[in-house]
Amino acid sequence: MRKAIIWILFAIVLIVLPLIFDSILSISIFNQMCIAIVFALSYNMLLGQGGMLSFGHAVYFGLGGFMAVHALMKIEYEEMYFSVTFIPLIGGVFGLLAAAFIGSFSTHKAGTVFAMISLGVGELIAASSLILVSFFGGEAGVSGDRTYGPTFFGYDFAQDIQVYYFAAAWMFVATFFMYLFTRTPAGRMANAVRDNAERAEFIGYSARRVRFISFMMAGFFAGIAGGLFAMNYEILTEENLNAATSGRVLLMAYIGGLGFFIGPIVGAVVLTLINSLLSNYTDLWLLYLGIMFLLTVMFLPRGLTGFLMMHTVPWQLGKLRTLAIPYTLTAIPSAVFLLSILAMLEMGHSMDSDFSFFGVALNPASYGSWIGLIIISSAAFFALRLTLPRLRSAWAEANTLPAVVSETVTTEGQQ
Amino acid sequence: MMEVLIFATLNGLVTGLLLFMLASGLTLIFSMMGVLNFAHASFYMLGAYFAYSISLYTGFWPALIFAPILVGALGALVERYGLRRVHKSGHVAELVFTFGLAFLIEEAVQFFWGRATKSYRSPDILDFPLFTLFGQNFPAYKAFMIFISIGIFIGLYFVLTRTRIGIIIQAAITHPNTVANLGHNVPLIFMGAFGVGSGLAGLAGVIAGPVLTTFPGMATVLGSIVFVIVVIGGLGSLAGALVASLLIGLLQSYAIASNVGMPDLLNLLGVSFERDHPLNDIWRLTLPQIAPIMPFLLLVIVLIFRPSGLFGKRES
Repeated sequence: MRKAIIWILFAIVLIVLPLIFDSILSISIFNQMCIAIVFALSYNMLLGQGGMLSFGHAVYFGLGGFMAVHALMKIEYEEMYFSVTFIPLIGGVFGLLAAAFIGSFSTHKAGTVFAMISLGVGELIAASSLILVSFFGGEAGVSGDRTYGPTFFGYDFAQDIQVYYFAAAWMFVATFFMYLFTRTPAGRMANAVRDNAERAEFIGYSARRVRFISFMMAGFFAGIAGGLFAMNYEILTEENLNAATSGRVLLMAYIGGLGFFIGPIVGAVVLTLINSLLSNYTDLWLLYLGIMFLLTVMFLPRGLTGFLMMHTVPWQLGKLRTLAIPYTLTAIPSAVFLLSILAMLEMGHSMDSDFSFFGVALNPASYGSWIGLIIISSAAFFALRLTLPRLRSAWAEANTLPAVVSETVTTEGQQ
Repeated sequence: MMEVLIFATLNGLVTGLLLFMLASGLTLIFSMMGVLNFAHASFYMLGAYFAYSISLYTGFWPALIFAPILVGALGALVERYGLRRVHKSGHVAELVFTFGLAFLIEEAVQFFWGRATKSYRSPDILDFPLFTLFGQNFPAYKAFMIFISIGIFIGLYFVLTRTRIGIIIQAAITHPNTVANLGHNVPLIFMGAFGVGSGLAGLAGVIAGPVLTTFPGMATVLGSIVFVIVVIGGLGSLAGALVASLLIGLLQSYAIASNVGMPDLLNLLGVSFERDHPLNDIWRLTLPQIAPIMPFLLLVIVLIFRPSGLFGKRES
């Protein structure tokens, strides 16, 4: 029941969102988010649920997308006649076929061997896409037009808002089915094989077969994401199936949190926002993204979602409030530290004499600005380290069941 | 025909030995920590950039010494404060960490040195043709590259098999706990090996920078190929890395130098296709065209039929 409410709320949010943020920019960001969510969730089927680290997941996204664009062209030239609403399905089926072919030899093993095969296949397909010009269009890519074919309940996809509802609906359905997949025996066995392939084999399952099924499903949903991409941008290029795209989806899933179904959704939303908003303000956003990614891997191995989920125990114990002051004490020097580092990076990048950072005038040519920032950042860093012991003990305290409370619980139980 | 073959062989040797300098460090690090370091080629790139910056002030030769040391120190720091922390979250986290590090280093290089290609040049002393064969010059710098790479291979082999520290390293690879019980500082050995591996990659960057151009994408260009080599050669096998490096270097060099392709094969078979055949692209492929994808093709084939690689013993 609670789960049904979550899904209904999710649907309502999707419907209402473009009514609140109705600018062209925000609609286009929402479209990107829908695509990214499906793609990141499909990736999580491999890495998070199946334990298969892939460096070539963009292959299925890209192949599905290319096929979708070719289908769009077929509709445009009236060689096929159906509504473009079903284009993502074509992408999905093609992604599934590609995954079935490649998975037939790559899922023998998980671990490093799988990762290496996925890397090799990824590079192979990306490089071949530049050679096989008639299908992939070479450097220029292939482009189509989504406005042809029969309309779907009056939808002709001439406006972005129509594309949004189309993408959101597909995303909702795909997310729902991917969630259902985690509940099926195949999805459960994928977890079992991830955790201990040997034991899974002992109870009679072929680890390889389980991986193969997960792999095909991941390919299918990546293909759907590719089809959505084709509908949104109406163009696909080599860039959509190369290693950079594969890396980006890994980033999304990892920053969001691999161990949770919602993790990749969080990652996709956050990274799309960073991608489209931060890049307006600074040239260095990719550098920041890299730093953020490394910090996540080092300090939050379970991602942003994992960080939030860490607080369930203190929350259930009703001790979340005791963390507020230690958190604030740590957050202030951390923020000062990060801001001063950011200021130095931006200052070093701009080399503009009337440079200003959040309204503070700084001069990259003068030593004063640099020395000041270095002093501020190192002071903030030491202050940060001073606050850590308090935070640690507060954290430990918030996670322990107090003796008094546990006694009352037992007496209540006896009554 | 003969001169094409000789020069293709020489160029293949240069590339192959260069690749080996990267692959040797990578495979050493893998055998110690069981993690494939995605950022290895990034250290190679850093080597080239450091050498470029140092050579602006001091010329090439001091850069040849100091740039690899700097890169090695940086590598040791990465191991000490990055990898070691991530280690407890498992292998996937380690792999993902090095992946992120590669991403970050590429962005950092663009931040410090810009996107444009740097005019990092080979030293004037080596700027002459070593010999002329069939009217083609073979630059002395390439001979210097071969010389350095072979020297590194011999040095590494000697250190690993004939010295005390090499024996401790080898023991630490297979029996880290026993080595620790004997009173050796195993984490320090790992840190040192990581630093030396990174330094070797840096050295490769210093000597490759002038030939293969110094630009922010140079790590990506070579990175995945080095991976391919280490996997084909067999993870953790130094000899395998050497054989695979030379194999790939020569294969690519021959493929680029040749000018045969599918049209020749089809002519030989007496088959002809219309120009607008749907598979036109495939019928018109030439070897130089597919040279860049050959290593990956080889990788996939090797992994399917012999997942442990040519010389590998370890099943991962």
